[in-house]
Amino acid sequence: MATYTINVNGNEKQVEVQPDTPLLWVLRDSLNMVGTKFGCGIGQCGACTVHLNGAAIRSCSISIEAVQGQEITTIEGLSEDGTHPVQEAWVEVDVAQCGYCQAGQIMTASALLKNNPKPTDKEIEQAMTGNICRCGTYTRIKQAVKLASDNM
Amino acid sequence: MKATIKVNRRSFIKVSAAAGGGMVLGFNWLTSCTTTPVPSAPKEWFDVNAFLRIADNGMVTIMSPNPEIGQGVKTSMPMIVAEELDIAWKDVIVEQAALNTEKYTRQLAGGSQSIRQGWESLRMAGATARRMLVEAAAKQWEVPASECRTDAGKVFHEDSGKSMGYGEIAPLAAGMEVPEEIELKSVKDFKIIGADIKNVDGPKIVTGQPMYGMDIQKEGMLIAMAEHPPAFGMKLKSLDATDAKAMPGIKDVIIVKTMEGVEEEQWSDVSAFRELVVVLGDHTWNVMKAKKALNIEWEADAKLESTEDHERDMLQLLSKPTKPLRKDGNPEATFANAAKIVERTYEAPFLPHNTMEPMNFYADVTAERAILEGPIQTPEPARKTLAAMLGMEESQIDIMMTRMGGGFGRRLYGHFVMEAAMISKQAASPIKLVYTREDDMSQGTYRPSYKSTYRAAIDADNKLIGYTVRGVGIHGSAVQWFANRFPAGTVDNYQIESHAIDSNISTGAWRAPHSNFTASAEQSFLDEVAEAMGKDPIELRLELFERAINDPIEGEMDYDPARYAGVLKLVREKAKWEEKQEGVYRGVSAYYCHNSYVAQIVDVVMDNKKPVIKKVWCAVDCGIVVNPLGAMNQIEGGIIDGIGHMMYSSLAFKDGVPLSKNFDTYKLIRMNQVPEIETFFVESEVSPTGLGEPTLPPIGAAVANAIYKAT
Repeated sequence: MATYTINVNGNEKQVEVQPDTPLLWVLRDSLNMVGTKFGCGIGQCGACTVHLNGAAIRSCSISIEAVQGQEITTIEGLSEDGTHPVQEAWVEVDVAQCGYCQAGQIMTASALLKNNPKPTDKEIEQAMTGNICRCGTYTRIKQAVKLASDNM
Repeated sequence: MKATIKVNRRSFIKVSAAAGGGMVLGFNWLTSCTTTPVPSAPKEWFDVNAFLRIADNGMVTIMSPNPEIGQGVKTSMPMIVAEELDIAWKDVIVEQAALNTEKYTRQLAGGSQSIRQGWESLRMAGATARRMLVEAAAKQWEVPASECRTDAGKVFHEDSGKSMGYGEIAPLAAGMEVPEEIELKSVKDFKIIGADIKNVDGPKIVTGQPMYGMDIQKEGMLIAMAEHPPAFGMKLKSLDATDAKAMPGIKDVIIVKTMEGVEEEQWSDVSAFRELVVVLGDHTWNVMKAKKALNIEWEADAKLESTEDHERDMLQLLSKPTKPLRKDGNPEATFANAAKIVERTYEAPFLPHNTMEPMNFYADVTAERAILEGPIQTPEPARKTLAAMLGMEESQIDIMMTRMGGGFGRRLYGHFVMEAAMISKQAASPIKLVYTREDDMSQGTYRPSYKSTYRAAIDADNKLIGYTVRGVGIHGSAVQWFANRFPAGTVDNYQIESHAIDSNISTGAWRAPHSNFTASAEQSFLDEVAEAMGKDPIELRLELFERAINDPIEGEMDYDPARYAGVLKLVREKAKWEEKQEGVYRGVSAYYCHNSYVAQIVDVVMDNKKPVIKKVWCAVDCGIVVNPLGAMNQIEGGIIDGIGHMMYSSLAFKDGVPLSKNFDTYKLIRMNQVPEIETFFVESEVSPTGLGEPTLPPIGAAVANAIYKAT
């Protein structure tokens, strides 16, 4: 076990974990920030997506050692009160069915729009293809990304 | 449609003002359906019945009785109560009810039945409360209740100009007698039912608040993960946990047996592995690592089955006749004398459920009490089995349902609840059992593999005179329950046979069980028949429905041919089926299951010599549409899920080992593979039926029929 200091949503957090502990489990178990979801553990489903220095990454596949001193943003920190345009668009379009994958979808979408505020349909599909939704809410996800893009 | 309904007094818990009053409950603005906070927070709540309580400020808490798996019942069921209560939706707070068989009936998510079977009791819950509020106001004003009306949470008396909010009346109403007869609203007066109402948990979902079983964190709770045999047909031989126990954060490694002492198993007790090696620790990652460090020897104690064994055994049975489930006319003679015979065999692989939230459950079991919380579609049968296994009374067991990260039938089978309970009991600690994706996919209650052979006999006059199906499947064929489904009743010589193959691989219900394959097979076959007859595929289907309406064969028909034809005609009209478009290839399919009717047309285009699904047109008859916004989501989800599993997903076995365990080798549909979808509802005043399943079964055939034309 070792002590690490990481920057999550603008706050310095100290945790004591094994060096190879994935960021996902640091967030969920050490910091009790459970908005970031566990889906596959191998970076294939996107449920655990967070931002690392503004880019969407899979938190299940990056260790605490690798993220020290960098800026981590989770769904809890995307906005203070759920008013990020992507979050608002998700509510407006009523995207969620079971909702479990949606935090990851929102984190991928918000990273996309930060770098490319007016993506084409193809670009949205390319960016979102790493996020699985078993309920099949993809048409509404796409609609919400477009709405957020219009409102940003 | 005005209905007067006798109230079953036992179905409501009536609480007096004294008992209900003064109860201040925790209040979370985010669960409220209002987006703008009301001016004052409620100080007192009054229990009116099992489904609702009213606050002094007019806010109403409506309990959602059934498990929420993403099908939207946590929004749509309270909408039905709110409608009859006559309250504005913005004043409603929705709360998930725990398992309580004294207050509620059928707290189960399955078979797309929550709305259909809840419809009457939910309406009555709202309507009796409304009636009590009206009577209390009338008494206060000394006017006849019949002269009062309600609107948006207020009672009005026109002649005197008096009005009072539900919050003010609630303390008076809570002491009222439950009325013996109540009047329900007319469909034309619905304001909330039929409106687009957003998911009540939407704001929580997009801000990542804890809601799922996986998110449970409680004081003193250990994380538990279980290692199960690597193959169906294997069991534990020996365990050496020395290395694992020495790893950081690990509290213990134990062997846990479930289901001991359960004499009478229920349908929901399906599970293959009842002896597990369990690692307990403080942190999920630590436990995951220690689990990999276990030294376990497994041994075979039953046959280790492979997909090729299943294939061989199923094909063998498919060639053998068996006692028909239904036989009309004389199929043998008809086929012997037919001018033309069409015969096709269809098959489907095993499928895991792959809910995005893997199986998990929280348990705190002590000698006196068992507290369980997590994602379960069948809390009531789970409690019964828990009681038998733990040697407790059901009254000693509490089960709380969390919002579920998908169900699709997987969480009907609560073995993980039993596992959590036994782990907690043996470890003498509260625990959260967590499955990895690999744990989840490799001990499923899979959609079984099926094969069905369809045959049609056509006479010299180009008439369909014979139709037979012989199905086979693991633990039962896909037609075993469907002897009286379409086209039964429409063909004079008709026969259904069903074979089953035994297996130690656990199977179960998977979104639209059996229908998910039968619809694909049957509706693909009908296109083959139409082609052999030189008929338009929609025309052929409509002719069969005409026969069922006007001159059905004697015997049962599990469907309403007029409603079936209705969705087909609607989708034909909306998609402009008759207009041919250059480069667009179209397929059609229609199916009835879970009490709802669906017809779909799929447009396929060729892109670089590969078929691409461009658009899906979908017509649905589910009676009254309670929440169109939620209904559309279910419809689109069912279509996308159906296309995905038909095109990309399959699970094979080798010597009892499932060959895919995670998403690196198991494909699920992704956004770039999804077509445009347009949905049309049949306008109806018929009581509503479910939508969690019905749009999935037909889509496979609509896609296959379009691709057939395109290639």
